Amino acid sequence: MMDAAAARAAADVPGIPRDKDGPVFREPWEAQAFAMALALHERGVFTWAEWAATLADQIKRAQADGDPDTGETYYRHWMATLETLVAAKGVATPELLHRYRDAWDHAADRTPHGAPIELTPQDFE
Amino acid sequence: MELRVRALETILTEKGYIDPAALDAIIQAYETRIGPHNGAQVVARAWTDPAFKRALLEDATRAVSTLGHVSRVGDHLVAVENTAQRHNMVVCTLCSCYPWEMLGLPPVWYKAAPYRSRAVKDPRGVLADFGVSLPKETEIRVWDSTAETRFLVLPMRPEGTEGWSEQQLAALVTRDSMIGTGFPKSPGAPS
Repeated sequence: MMDAAAARAAADVPGIPRDKDGPVFREPWEAQAFAMALALHERGVFTWAEWAATLADQIKRAQADGDPDTGETYYRHWMATLETLVAAKGVATPELLHRYRDAWDHAADRTPHGAPIELTPQDFE
Repeated sequence: MELRVRALETILTEKGYIDPAALDAIIQAYETRIGPHNGAQVVARAWTDPAFKRALLEDATRAVSTLGHVSRVGDHLVAVENTAQRHNMVVCTLCSCYPWEMLGLPPVWYKAAPYRSRAVKDPRGVLADFGVSLPKETEIRVWDSTAETRFLVLPMRPEGTEGWSEQQLAALVTRDSMIGTGFPKSPGAPS
């Protein structure tokens, strides 16, 4: 199910950028996460100093939990940093994030293969 | 991860913090417009224009802005010059601060713990892994990036490029040479 969702999102984002070491973004969600951080910074939600401190903290925690931290998991830390900062800044609580994650999960489950996944009020029930 | 990203994006859109179209524009810019060629242009200009080089080493943020590059991150850019006596190399030991608008997005190894931790302790060993060997007497200086200050290495101009145009020179400037983990291409080397 996750794979199907990822594959469908991939179709929405043409041409993942590459350099000689391979794709700069390994999956489309990494590009989305990257862009969200830039957009929120531009909105003044956080400073780059706050961002770097939080990201460094996330990486340290992941390492402590056994993450090999070889660059492949980098955007996972990036995403955790986003979630931490939006919660700290009162933009979205962890509970709200959970609710929306479950709703997207539900929407992906009920959507037939090949059709775009859309969120409806029923997905929150 | 996909669901977590979608959840956050939906919330931020509904609350008016982001516009999905603007996100697409950012991603597209990094796919097509923003990449190491921006930094390469700066380096080639510095190689051909002594006044620009002076300005770059004095205040890189300002010098680069005269070329019409737009800095999204608004960070403080510092250019460090390689010479026969000194080789510069850039790392971010804490996370992965990187001059995006000059070099695009960081490569995987730049974000990886082995590079972040070894670059400071054993720069010569790290360079050897990249196939870069320097004379013993060349000092290696490692610069640790922060959220506020990012570094761009100004590599040495390759020999045998006298009279080359800025555009020709820019084609020799590699991303790694601007991080300090490589050299520019040699003239005549296959591109």
